[in-house]
Amino acid sequence: MRLVVVLAVLMGVSGIPDVTISPPTASADTSAHPNSIPETADESEQIKARTEEGAEEDVMATGELNPNHYPARRAAQVVQHYLNTRYGSPFRLIGVQTVHSGNAEDVADSGRKYQLELSVNDITNTTQTCSAELFFPKGKGQQPPEVKALCEELVKIDIKAQEEALYQKYKTNQTLMSAQYLPDSHGHIEPDMKPFWHLGILASSFIMLNESTENTLYNVAQVANITQLTTEEDHLEFDCHTLLHEMVSQEIIHWKMLFTWSPAEGVKVVQMKRLPHRHEREKSPKTN
Amino acid sequence: MLDCVGMSFVLLLSAVGAATVERAQYDYYKYHPMSEITSWMEQMVKDHPDVVTVVKYGKTYESRDISLLKIGLNTGKEKKAIWMDCGIHAREWIAPAFCQYFVREILQTYKTDAKMEEMMKNVDFYVTPVLNIDGYIYTWENKTTRLWRKNRSPGPEDCSCYGTDLNRNFDANWGTVGVSFDCCSNTYPGTKPTSEPEAKAVTDFVGSRKDIFLCFLTIHSYGQLILVPYGHPNYTAPNYNELMMVGKGAAEAIWKVHGMNYTVGASPDVLYANSGSSRDWARMQGIPLTFTFELRDNGTYSFELPEDQIQPTCEEAYSGALHIITYAHDKTFSGAVANAAVTLWSILLAAGVTGATLM
Repeated sequence: MRLVVVLAVLMGVSGIPDVTISPPTASADTSAHPNSIPETADESEQIKARTEEGAEEDVMATGELNPNHYPARRAAQVVQHYLNTRYGSPFRLIGVQTVHSGNAEDVADSGRKYQLELSVNDITNTTQTCSAELFFPKGKGQQPPEVKALCEELVKIDIKAQEEALYQKYKTNQTLMSAQYLPDSHGHIEPDMKPFWHLGILASSFIMLNESTENTLYNVAQVANITQLTTEEDHLEFDCHTLLHEMVSQEIIHWKMLFTWSPAEGVKVVQMKRLPHRHEREKSPKTN
Repeated sequence: MLDCVGMSFVLLLSAVGAATVERAQYDYYKYHPMSEITSWMEQMVKDHPDVVTVVKYGKTYESRDISLLKIGLNTGKEKKAIWMDCGIHAREWIAPAFCQYFVREILQTYKTDAKMEEMMKNVDFYVTPVLNIDGYIYTWENKTTRLWRKNRSPGPEDCSCYGTDLNRNFDANWGTVGVSFDCCSNTYPGTKPTSEPEAKAVTDFVGSRKDIFLCFLTIHSYGQLILVPYGHPNYTAPNYNELMMVGKGAAEAIWKVHGMNYTVGASPDVLYANSGSSRDWARMQGIPLTFTFELRDNGTYSFELPEDQIQPTCEEAYSGALHIITYAHDKTFSGAVANAAVTLWSILLAAGVTGATLM
């Protein structure tokens, strides 16, 4: 008995094989978590295929798209910008929540077509599903993508009253409003200024939509300045300087816009102009 | 006699004052300028002298000390380690905020949580709250500098712009994809691999100790992603399946906290191709579990995440990081112990049965 015990102890102490707890394979990870995509045979082929493709991104994903991968995610962002230009309001910004599925294909020599099923939500956290079709034209010069999107009927949140109140307040204000750096460095925005931050984003959405390609992902980094201008027309008019963040290049791109807004018409961009590199990025000239 | 009372009163007031200052809480849910972060690091050592030391391991271009906090229960022998760095990119303020929260959290929980105490005994945590110190300070200079990304080195002679993208400067497929050789560009990878002192500090320190590191986490924002190596589309890490499994476990842990979705994948799949990242360099050194965290948000506030989101972001990110760290730890430590115990017990039981029969 004692011998067995000694042997057992010896085995226990020295005979520990290099036991690596073999992790369950990814396909066994069957959690209900929305991000878990079971590893399929297709995916392992993707890994092999990746080594055959060139390092350049010009071999574009075709056929069924992985909704978690960048081609579908970038296309969904374009749909977001489109929806905001059409349906956004100072009291409702639309954002992509989930991409459910997607498909991409080449169209002869003219460009690439995407189909997407996605869910979007807004400030009130109401979710709606949308079907979208995008076309990214090929060829010389920057041509904007063409977007079509159909979303299920949204229970209209009562923003009409808020829009009217905002419009009346600033139509009849003695002084023209002006705000800078929305949000500020610490992410703070005065509650009164939030609708103007949203307006800056809506107006920027026209630019972001125009500028988008399959190789970009745009967000508004900051509204540097939004200033109300006098106008006799039935809308409010603004001069706006916005900083766009383009994710793929990581650049901050400055745009200046002139735009109008009214509850009836929504946002209309009258003028837009891209601003060159800012001087604070440049060294002062060498003084010898 | 009045003088005596007066003196006593003054002494009493200063005692109370001193006590109040000592007990003044550091606000982990506000953004702090570099000077406050440096003081905080010193305070952490003062508050936990047996567990925390500051290690200076390099200098920035503008000659500031790059420091990390080494945290662990001292067993007197060289220990395995976990690496975490924050603030490679200056404008990603939520990242340094998370590193500070992480330190506070492990120092608080190890006293009451047996698992954390075990991990503190077995591994050392090396946490760099701000790596790109010059850049971080620059983003605090005024409202127009807030969105600076790179470091503050002047780059080549003929360049009219400052800065190298530190996360393109590491020697890992350097200069191949996801970079621009326009020195004014935000993805300028530098004049050559590890040309930048901030990157060199990491490679010197980690490189000379690479065998002790179980896990290398680098914290960024924004995008709500957990990225696995490699950034180059033609290369796949040999343990890609393991990395994805652990990454997805972390994303699930994150989701359980506040319902936020973090997407897991290799950078060229879910974000964009890139090269010269610290994560890729660390993986190439053989550190098995290397991840990039991209914290909140998804683009609404982008880099200027509101301070009222610091707490929930840190809570969920901590949960995610802890999942990875626990996996890395258990793979090295608990597994062998558990197996030995099982072996021992089964033999003893068998012997006991045999003994009983014999008797």
